Amino acid sequence: MIKAWFKSGSPWIWMTAGAVGINLLLVIGLLLLIAVRGLGHFWVTDVFEYHYEEHEGSLTRVIGEQVGESLLSAAEAREAGYEVPDGAEYVQKFLIKTGNRDILGSDFRWLKAQHIKQRASPVDLVVIERREWGNFYGRLLSVKDSGNVIAEGAQAWQVAQDKLADVLVQHDKIARLQSREVGAINHALDRLRLRQRALELRNQWNDEKRQAFELARQDHQKAYEIIQRDIAALNVEMKRFSLVVQESGGRQISLPMHRVVKLTQPNAMNLLDKSIDYVRNFVSFVSDNPREANTEGGIFPAIFGTVLMVFLMSIVVTPFGVVAAVYLREYARQGFVTRIIRISVNNLAGVPSIVYGVFGLGFFVYIIGGGIDRVFYPEAAPAPVFGTPGLLWASLTLALLTLPVVIVATEEGLSRIPKSIREGSLALGATKAETLWRTVLPMASPAIMTGLILAIARAAGEVAPLMLVGVVKLAPTLPLDGNFPYLHLDRKFMHMGFHIYDVGFQSPNVETARPLVYATSFLLVLVIVGLNMFAISIRNNLREKYRALEN
Amino acid sequence: MSDTQNSQAGSGSTLLQLSSSDRHQRWRLIKDKLAGYLVVIGGLSIIVAIVLIFFYLLYVVFPLVLPARIEPAARYDLPGGVADKTLFLAMEEQNEVAARVTDAGRTVFFQVADGQLIEQLDLALSGQVTITSFAHGGFDKGVIAFGLSDGRAIVLRHDYKLSYPGGKRVITPSVQYPLGKEPLVVDTQGRALTRIALKVGDSSSSVLAKTADNRLVLASLTKKESLFDDEVSWEHTDATLDMLAEDIEFMLLDKELRNLYLLGRKGELTVFDVTNKSQPVIKHRLNVLPHGKQVTSAEFLNGDVSLLIGDSGGELSQWIIVRDAQNKYSVQRLRAFDVSDAAIMTINPEQRRKGLLVVDAKGTVGIYNTTAERELINQPVIATAPVAAALSPRANAFLLQDASGAIHRWGIENEHPEISWKSLWSKVWYENYSEPAYIWQSSAASSDFEPKMSLTPLVFGTIKASFYAMLIAIPLALFGAIYTGYFMTPRVREYVKPGIEIMGALPTVILGFLAGLWLAPFVETHLTAIFALFLVVPLGVMLFAYLWYQAPETWRHRIPDGWDAILAVPVIVVSAWLAFAIAPTIESLFFAGDLRTWMRDELGIGYDQRNTLVVGLALGFAVIPMIFSIAEDAIFSVPKHLTTGSLALGATPWQTLIKVVILTASPGIFSAVMIGFGRAVGETMIVLMATGNTPVMDFSIFQGLRTLAANIAVEMPESEFNSTHYRVLFLAALVLFLFTFVVNSLAEVVRQNLRQKYSSL
Repeated sequence: MIKAWFKSGSPWIWMTAGAVGINLLLVIGLLLLIAVRGLGHFWVTDVFEYHYEEHEGSLTRVIGEQVGESLLSAAEAREAGYEVPDGAEYVQKFLIKTGNRDILGSDFRWLKAQHIKQRASPVDLVVIERREWGNFYGRLLSVKDSGNVIAEGAQAWQVAQDKLADVLVQHDKIARLQSREVGAINHALDRLRLRQRALELRNQWNDEKRQAFELARQDHQKAYEIIQRDIAALNVEMKRFSLVVQESGGRQISLPMHRVVKLTQPNAMNLLDKSIDYVRNFVSFVSDNPREANTEGGIFPAIFGTVLMVFLMSIVVTPFGVVAAVYLREYARQGFVTRIIRISVNNLAGVPSIVYGVFGLGFFVYIIGGGIDRVFYPEAAPAPVFGTPGLLWASLTLALLTLPVVIVATEEGLSRIPKSIREGSLALGATKAETLWRTVLPMASPAIMTGLILAIARAAGEVAPLMLVGVVKLAPTLPLDGNFPYLHLDRKFMHMGFHIYDVGFQSPNVETARPLVYATSFLLVLVIVGLNMFAISIRNNLREKYRALEN
Repeated sequence: MSDTQNSQAGSGSTLLQLSSSDRHQRWRLIKDKLAGYLVVIGGLSIIVAIVLIFFYLLYVVFPLVLPARIEPAARYDLPGGVADKTLFLAMEEQNEVAARVTDAGRTVFFQVADGQLIEQLDLALSGQVTITSFAHGGFDKGVIAFGLSDGRAIVLRHDYKLSYPGGKRVITPSVQYPLGKEPLVVDTQGRALTRIALKVGDSSSSVLAKTADNRLVLASLTKKESLFDDEVSWEHTDATLDMLAEDIEFMLLDKELRNLYLLGRKGELTVFDVTNKSQPVIKHRLNVLPHGKQVTSAEFLNGDVSLLIGDSGGELSQWIIVRDAQNKYSVQRLRAFDVSDAAIMTINPEQRRKGLLVVDAKGTVGIYNTTAERELINQPVIATAPVAAALSPRANAFLLQDASGAIHRWGIENEHPEISWKSLWSKVWYENYSEPAYIWQSSAASSDFEPKMSLTPLVFGTIKASFYAMLIAIPLALFGAIYTGYFMTPRVREYVKPGIEIMGALPTVILGFLAGLWLAPFVETHLTAIFALFLVVPLGVMLFAYLWYQAPETWRHRIPDGWDAILAVPVIVVSAWLAFAIAPTIESLFFAGDLRTWMRDELGIGYDQRNTLVVGLALGFAVIPMIFSIAEDAIFSVPKHLTTGSLALGATPWQTLIKVVILTASPGIFSAVMIGFGRAVGETMIVLMATGNTPVMDFSIFQGLRTLAANIAVEMPESEFNSTHYRVLFLAALVLFLFTFVVNSLAEVVRQNLRQKYSSL
């Protein structure tokens, strides 16, 4: 019976079916894992107050969010050096995010279930997101204005919220003044310096110019002083308020308001509040600048850098990819040369991405960039302008990397266009170029679009080459701003993929940053999977359309 | 090919010329031509791109294999006259000023370029005292010492001050006295010092001397800083070495002031441990030369770890102190170079690398690198025996004084001596190691670090990672492809195929991040369950298949053919759950409760959290979609009349699959596996994040590794442009490029042939 069953091949068919099942489960599981962890980051969780019996028997209070738990078998627990109560099969532990890194020394703490005497979630517990030292967990006692208490007890919460809104506005103002206005002045001063150096190099630097430059510098200096005065005034206003809070141990701490980003009372929030807050958190995640070495705050510069880099790459890769595909399909006679080109295309697709990075660094950055610096920017020497990794080189490197994607997709689109259309056009007297431009390419444009989308998806997720040709963990300025020449191709930029690598593996505080990395991953996966699905659907539509044309 | 285009364009133009021939038409034709050229150029630029990448990588790597060159630059008469004998020659950093030290205690500074005298400084000696011996205290320090006839020694340092008056570099040489202007008492008995050796450090210095009555005395100074005032005082320690000094010819003291090497003319080497300055003890003694040969020169290699010995037979050997497993020290010979058949007269180590320059008695100059065991130069430079030689600190020029008193200046071009086939791929015996090993350790902070650039551990790591990845990926991807391409109904396939392919679009940085921060701890805590999975899931599927086979027909017919995969999903979930559920029981039954502890205690297998198993799982996951997609295409496009024919002849679906479909599609499957392998080899982010990046050569699946690609990503941003390290990283990239080029080209050729075959079928 079993022998016959084996002979029928049925078990092997089931094994192959099982492989498909495993593959599907892996994909779904992975996407779910990222989605759950990534989306969970924005949800406001309840804060608990634990009465915990310490090792030596004293009772302490611990306030925090429960972020994880572990179940150790008795043997493992003993191996790890925990005391295990007699007869217990498992030791259950909870990982509590207690925040208050400045007071407790660490953000997390493990609590053993057997020692937790009481767990409660009082409404008055507050979570304060701070600009430094991570979150604060505790209770709000009062609000002070220049050292005088203006609200206490139950009113404190509302007053604190109102004042915080004002302070945040002022903080934004200062940040804007500093980055925009002061940045512009610095940029102008730097340009003056470079122009002076350029004139000196050409031996055209004279007293007249010296005076003109000096005047310009003084103007900038004056403008700078005015801005500084504004900033100082705002600072005084902003620093008036402070919060008095109580940490889990009972100590009272004064927390200046300008150090606060957000105040929440998670236990007092209902589902609707939490949902609104969820959306708000998400928005601020994608629109804020990072804080604390990227481990907190938003990822706006990384999104911006990724989008800009991908955009520049698209501008380069599309014409090249399309022309190459047109050559392969429309112009070349199929033979040895096209075979070689196809092999080349496949090799371009198969060469490890890090090799592109190495090539980009050596060829684009050092050779071409270095050459540009020598010819066009002698005044900047020895500081490199284009002779260092930057946005332009990253875009070009990735354009080379994604070229095969565009070629393959365009070629597929071209091959599906019925011959009759070309022949019709030629028969009506159009030249080959006209046929191509007026009929073939417009018809193939969805295919080109598909290729481009796939290329964008690939480029958005690629990190290894970028690490060599222009990505940094923290760029002080965006590559696009209000200072001439507005688009700074020589600047370094931030990238979502690299952000994941950097925060997840290079940051000093991986544990606290982990939810943020999951959230970033989720966003990146969402974009890439979305782009891919979009490309696939365009392609499928196209196939349908051409099938109809052919009949 | 271009002919066809011309003829096409030609035929088009005649047609157009018939209609009209005004300027507009001509312009149309020109545009057509231009577009044609543009497209051809664009198409061919793809080949250009791939060729450019290859040749650019090669262009950067190429200087590694270039031979070194030396060329004469100048020859001039001995500055300061030939009355005194030259004891020592040295050059400063910029190759502008050189110093010549004579047996009269005079230091002559002169221009390197033309031998023009800059300054002569005499040693001020009182009364009857004469100079009886000389030694230098390390080439990089510029310290020299004279032993005097009254048992004292005087220590000097050549100092070069840089200044830029008016934007021009001016170097002002001077002589300093690091241990004070007053000679230091070395022999308390006041006998003449016939041999001397010294090392001067910031906080302690030692001078060793052999006296006229054949005693060996060691005088050490240790800096004492007073607590109350800034005054610095030197604590003086004296010791006499318990050894007959009669035959001692060469004495060397290392810069850590830890080991003292005494070498007799016939090759008797004695090493003293002088860590305790007042009680030196013998560490090891042996004879370093065969009978009949004599030691003619001895110096330290840069770093003072290796001793270089030149003998009368023209052989240069390198010796180090090795500590064995029993913690016993012995001096061992690392390697030797055959310079010539004449005695080696001078040895000058390079100051930044593990290289050296030797001159033999016939005036032949040899330049060697010890790590790479490479002879870079061996060529006659002067016709007589050398009197003294100096190698510039940057090792790009040397000075040589011949017997007639002329100084020869030569330039050296020797950019990458530390790379040879052997140093890249074979075991190398490095300093401070007890045996030859494969090691990658490219840089360190200090200048006397020996770069260890063996690519073998990296290639090993690459192969190890991709091997385990393929072990995971091949069965899953190929089985999946077989089912999807052959058995699955089109309606399901429409969703399943892009579903799995989308996995390939996931950024590897995310897979790497999950592997490193989620999977690695998960595997660590559920190790038994992971291994159980590999066993339980296939068994579970089999069991279910058998039960299904036994199930009543009516049940079975309710599920249409080609839906088995969907049916298998819950089975897999249940068996996976089962694997996790029984894991603790297995562990407590067989592995004393914890597999990792058991492995460590019973088998001695260590466990790294980020290990090969994790990489294999993550990397395997990353290459599944690629293999799946290509293999599925190959299987799916097997012409239908072949399968239907086989089925019509009575073969079962399984037989048709094995004997017809897979056989026909095998080239495509092969190319799928090749491309997947190429991808695994070159993958960077996953291995970067999921392994500890330790370049170890270890077969254990629970240890980390470092791959070529990850190594480039880690080290490239810090490597200096055009340095040896930079070029070696390019070599790593070139190796990756060539490997994937071969794999991909092979796969593509196979695929193209397959496509042609299908189209003819």
